[in-house]
Amino acid sequence: MTGVVILAVFIATAILAPILIPDAALDVTKADGGRFEGPSLGYPLGTDESGRSVLLLLAWGTRISLTVGIAATIISMVLGTAFGIAAGHFRGAGSHALVGVTDWFLVIPFLPLAIVLATVLGPSTTNLIIVIGITSWAGTARLIRAQTLSIEGRPYLERSKALGAGNWYQMSRHVLPNVFPLVLANTTLTVAIVILSETTLSFLGLGDPQAPSWGALLDRAFSSGAVSRGAWWYVLPPGICVVLVVLAFTLVGRAMERIVDPRRAS
Amino acid sequence: MGSKVLRAFITLAFVVIFNFFLFRMLPGDPIGLYARGRNQDPEQLVELRRALNKPLLEQFLTYLRNPFDSTIDSTRFSRPVWEMIGERVWPTLLLLGTAILLASLIGIWIGIRAGWKPGGRFDRMSTSTTLILYSMPEFWLGMMLLIVFSVGAFGIPGMFPVGGIASPGVDTSSPVGWLNVLRHLVLPCTTLVLIYLADYALVMRASLIDERRQEYLTLARAKGLRDTSVRKRHAVPNALLPTVTLIFLSLGFVVTGAITVETVFSWPGLGLLTYEALRGPDIPLLQAIFLMFSIAVIVANLIAELLYVVFDPRVRS
Repeated sequence: MTGVVILAVFIATAILAPILIPDAALDVTKADGGRFEGPSLGYPLGTDESGRSVLLLLAWGTRISLTVGIAATIISMVLGTAFGIAAGHFRGAGSHALVGVTDWFLVIPFLPLAIVLATVLGPSTTNLIIVIGITSWAGTARLIRAQTLSIEGRPYLERSKALGAGNWYQMSRHVLPNVFPLVLANTTLTVAIVILSETTLSFLGLGDPQAPSWGALLDRAFSSGAVSRGAWWYVLPPGICVVLVVLAFTLVGRAMERIVDPRRAS
Repeated sequence: MGSKVLRAFITLAFVVIFNFFLFRMLPGDPIGLYARGRNQDPEQLVELRRALNKPLLEQFLTYLRNPFDSTIDSTRFSRPVWEMIGERVWPTLLLLGTAILLASLIGIWIGIRAGWKPGGRFDRMSTSTTLILYSMPEFWLGMMLLIVFSVGAFGIPGMFPVGGIASPGVDTSSPVGWLNVLRHLVLPCTTLVLIYLADYALVMRASLIDERRQEYLTLARAKGLRDTSVRKRHAVPNALLPTVTLIFLSLGFVVTGAITVETVFSWPGLGLLTYEALRGPDIPLLQAIFLMFSIAVIVANLIAELLYVVFDPRVRS
């Protein structure tokens, strides 16, 4: 419940950000505050290295972080579900190859792989979404494959096969609806991991330098020397936001998992 | 056992192939990037360009002959990449070794206390704390620790150095030097310990709760054994097995922490080298680092799987 409330607040901020925040607040040339000013009435969370309000940057960052998080999760879930169902449905060499690819992505360390992919594709928000999507689907695929295998043995699939249903029909009409609740619960947990990944990659400068996501804010705070100036108001808030959102998605995801699959969660 | 080794080799082979072809997809002129800002013999450049204009398959075969070619230079530092990686291994081993050791000891201890009485006060407190730590970007925790304990904020005086592995001019082979390194180690190590232990504590807790339902524990209690000895002699040793395996399997996650935390604390290890390479971007160095991290993780996974077979007779059949 707490999780849902936290998420509602952040999603509302993300949607309303363009209405609430004047464009000038994000423009370096129009910034009216001093550099690295502490919290005050005019700037509740102080100012950044070019005099912009950290609070407004943070609100705008919510929009970007959530967008990247949700878009990358969609890619990851589509890939994971497709690979998982196909690997569970087919037999023989094809299935082995699919399991092999999934295992490969599970073993390779996430960050070095993401860094290498992001470097080759170049820094932009779209590429960041693609990179995170490609590197985070394998866990879902394994979960869905296990579930598919247990569904494959059920009588209604046998019946449908006997009536001459094709592979595509079996997978889309019988397997998919049955794994879907699990996909949904897993989506919420994946968003949490994906948002953390986005923060890490943006911190390393692999996102769009113009789009101030929470990770990119931390990157700018770090490179502009906010740490050695002790400008805690610039560093603390983005991190708190990440923790709150990730925690909220994890809590909601776990609650959904308990509803969808009471055996596994107990 | 043989099939596990074989699988690890296949995974490794795919890393090597991937590493070659991915970087061939990069747009732009790699030789121009390589030659920028340095005194390079034009004939040598022509030579390099010819090497890159060869058919892809021929290049691939040359690469396969030795993926660890020590003559490849970093574009940014103009030194052989594997030599640079060799120098940076020790600081990373020191930092990660200390952090993993402390995190597993503390994490397992917390997991045992929480998992033995699930729903109790200690469990509720520790589980919410570990969940918060689990949701935290590790580099952010590092930056906050730096601000509070090194720069000094909220009335706390700065006690620890802001970064690096030792103060300039200190001989790290003397006892005074060791103390100096130790003082530099405190903050980055604390950051990593806090992040890693969250994972280990959650796994140990879940594994002990699973074990609590087993019949042999009911038997042990029925024999009249005290609660402490049921826990220490029977439950914990069995619950420890999956946890230790998972500590090995989580090396991929450990690598992520190393890259960002070493960056925040300018700790001169492989993580900071990765950051320097990707900010370039220094492609030969990045390629070598990717290969090195992947091999390390694949080997650690293989060791974990083999150890599991050795320690748990149940999976042998």
